[in-house]
Amino acid sequence: MDDLIHVAWLLAGILVAFTVVMTMVAYTVLAERRVLGFIQGRLGPNRVGPGGFLQPLADLLKFIFKEDIVPDKSTRFVYFLAPVIATTAALMTIVVYPFGPEIHLPIINKTIPLVVTRFDVALLYVLGVTSVGVYGIALAGWSSNNKYSLMGGLRSSAQMISYELALGLGLIGVILQSGTLDLYSIVEQQTGHLGVTGWNLIWAQPLGFLIYLIAAIAETNRVPFDLPEAETELVAGFHTEYSAMKFALFFLAEYVNMFTVSMLATTLFLGGWNGPFVHQLPWLGVFYFFGKVILFLFLYIWLRGTLPRFRFDQLMNFGWKFLVPLAIINIFLTATLQWSGALDYVNKFLKTSVGWGG
Amino acid sequence: MLALLFILFAGMAIGCAISMVAQRNPLYGAISLIGVFISLASLYVTLAAPFIAAVQVIVYAGAIMVLVVFVIMLLNVEEEERPTRLRSLVPIAVVLAAVLFAEAAFIIYFVQASPSTPTRNISDVGLTSSIGAGLFTTYLLPFEITSILLLMAVVGAMTLARTGGLLPPRGRRPRPSGLGQGRPGSAGRK
Repeated sequence: MDDLIHVAWLLAGILVAFTVVMTMVAYTVLAERRVLGFIQGRLGPNRVGPGGFLQPLADLLKFIFKEDIVPDKSTRFVYFLAPVIATTAALMTIVVYPFGPEIHLPIINKTIPLVVTRFDVALLYVLGVTSVGVYGIALAGWSSNNKYSLMGGLRSSAQMISYELALGLGLIGVILQSGTLDLYSIVEQQTGHLGVTGWNLIWAQPLGFLIYLIAAIAETNRVPFDLPEAETELVAGFHTEYSAMKFALFFLAEYVNMFTVSMLATTLFLGGWNGPFVHQLPWLGVFYFFGKVILFLFLYIWLRGTLPRFRFDQLMNFGWKFLVPLAIINIFLTATLQWSGALDYVNKFLKTSVGWGG
Repeated sequence: MLALLFILFAGMAIGCAISMVAQRNPLYGAISLIGVFISLASLYVTLAAPFIAAVQVIVYAGAIMVLVVFVIMLLNVEEEERPTRLRSLVPIAVVLAAVLFAEAAFIIYFVQASPSTPTRNISDVGLTSSIGAGLFTTYLLPFEITSILLLMAVVGAMTLARTGGLLPPRGRRPRPSGLGQGRPGSAGRK
């Protein structure tokens, strides 16, 4: 019976997290089009609903009613499997992110932390599931039987393997400091004065943050690292032959991935739900968390509106010859500071269990 | 509950393994193998070893199999023909399979014959901190030796792949275009 109640709680948590993330993802697409329009001196979609507010709904309906075209010479099973893998891998990580601190639910009189499941190896789980996501793109490129798709798929696998390394190494600094892989504990450790001074970004991991940010943009195949779907060279890259809902799934996977790497950056470097007066008003934590995530999403869109695309050899050289050594230097620095006790010393002033205003 | 999950994931693992061996198309075989790895990782989670499960997915499903799929895609391997010249190996394969089954039966028999209760609390064995502590204290030497072995393998692969020496020849810069540029092993070749 206890088992069943536990499972029911888990399912409810997953449902809430799923709904929140999907809604925010839908509006990220709208925000991207509006902000890009603003950057390029035009309006963007503003006809459907007030200010274009219902545009995501219209897009969804359009995707559903579009004709579904399957290429004649495609490898059918893999062709259908690829978007499923991409979307599943993207969505599977949302269960480990702490959306907020412990919150007292008034009606059923229960205090729960706003995280679906706490997991000893949450960070490794995130890395593992993301690394499975590459199959979606690689197999899509292969099964479409189209040279542009194949090139896109190959590029993407090479790119994701390379930058996954830099990404993982960039995170080790944070792990060294916090001594845990559990995301909830990592957030709890970043409590400080006003809920701000304890953030990993400010006081010890600026380099790790930079490495993570760059590698994460490459992992999600976004500008300036959008080689797998470079329009000017590859039509649309790996999803050239996909239409209707199957294309929508790839589209969804890309934006969910953007969202999850933003959540991970917030959790590890920007103190997660920490902010001023969170301990007095726990619900504020949720707003702080999503506020920071939206900041990252805006950065993504901003970059897309600003930067040109890398060339493929530049991309590879940058990843292997610059980011990876930089990440190793960061690990070395963090380990030295940790070992010499310098970090603990700084810790005393910046971090509090519950400081004023924190 | 746990038994149900075990049956689900064990069934998936066995099904994927059979499919891996039976597939004619190498890419389907590779996908089945990924299925096996992921089911195995899920089994590790039910056995309270989340760290091993995560590493299983990251290393095997996320890194090694990506390379395998990558190679299959690059070479565009067609469906393999049924090899006739290996007919003579069938009896040996049967014997080896029989030995394997005998071993498994042997182990199951002995485990059932002498059911030993675990002597210490094993609930934290699979956790990250205990594995890390073990690797860097009790098993430090084997850990270091394994690291050196892996380093040797990496250097060996580099030397084998680059026939013209480890560094590209002076004065001639590699062409700045093409897919393979910048990945280890591709720059030294024509």
